[in-house]
Amino acid sequence: MPDATGLELLAQKVSAAHAHSVLDTLHFRERSTLVIDPVAVRGVLETLRGEGYGFLASVHGVDYYPEEPRLGVHYELLDMSRVDRVTVKLRVASDAPEVDSVTPDWPTADHQEREIYDMFGVVFRGHPDLRRILMPEDYEGHPQRRDFPIGGEPVLFTHNEPTTPQWWR
Amino acid sequence: MEVTRQEIRASDRLRGDLVGEELERYVEQRLLTTTLERALNWGRSNAIFPATFGLACCAIEMMTVVAGRMDIARFGAEAFRASPRQADLLILSGRVSIKMAPVVRRIYDQMLEPKWVIAMGACSSSMGVFNNYAIVPADKFMPVDVHVPGCPPRPEALMHGILKLRAKIQSNPDLGWRDRYQAHGTEEILPQAPVLPPEHHLA
Repeated sequence: MPDATGLELLAQKVSAAHAHSVLDTLHFRERSTLVIDPVAVRGVLETLRGEGYGFLASVHGVDYYPEEPRLGVHYELLDMSRVDRVTVKLRVASDAPEVDSVTPDWPTADHQEREIYDMFGVVFRGHPDLRRILMPEDYEGHPQRRDFPIGGEPVLFTHNEPTTPQWWR
Repeated sequence: MEVTRQEIRASDRLRGDLVGEELERYVEQRLLTTTLERALNWGRSNAIFPATFGLACCAIEMMTVVAGRMDIARFGAEAFRASPRQADLLILSGRVSIKMAPVVRRIYDQMLEPKWVIAMGACSSSMGVFNNYAIVPADKFMPVDVHVPGCPPRPEALMHGILKLRAKIQSNPDLGWRDRYQAHGTEEILPQAPVLPPEHHLA
């Protein structure tokens, strides 16, 4: 991990390359995080690749309900020669959850962005094949959102069979 | 008058030391009368062929049932068939996700009648710990004959379930409730391929 000073230096380099792209820096429990503007995501990740972070270890989605902007996408970058990690976070609003896809630059993001789309409904612009990956194609809703109801299927027992409408469907 | 073969009574042909009352008892002890249906069910219940089909961690316990300590070969159910066409028992060993449910139902549909289903473990019966968007209980999409609770059930429990199913097959219950699932005549038997005339091959 870059230490707190190293993180600020990194943030300055990124800001110099892309103006107003870094919104915040977090250094918490030895983990360094850049909070960025979603518009600049592809450029920021390319700049960090130039700084040595050449491996996109993971892309994952978060739901910060009820905060707004609500949906988050996290990119975990790894510098394999220095064994150094940095996290890039961004937030998008739930009424227009759109981010630029980084799949053209980082092919490993393909399935992970599809999973975030499936589970959280974040739309990745420019993704070559943005389909659901885990849920059935005709599924409605994004089940990992925090306002998605728990317990999708009513459990059928002998005692509630008459009161469970259309259970044979 | 010459005696023909047809006129010799059956009891006369049984030559031995026994005659009269003793002979009657001897024959009575060695004959068994039953109906054809009962004999058929007895045969079915003692030669259950389960499908080779594991869904999750319960499948490990299902395999243990075949191994030495439990050994369902004692009840003639050890031959796990790799094709649903040859199987007559489907053990749902694990959680069924909503994406897997059509696949499971199709495997069930392809099995030839008579066929039975055991829902093994809490997940396939009532979704267990997964009361969420991903899992569906087996009762929602296919007729289940025996539910075996547990997480996972011990091999003894599955054994007990198989023996319950065996008793159920022998007692020949009315399986009309399967109509609710439209589970009759679903085997997808394809029509025979048309035999083309020889001149067709030359073109």
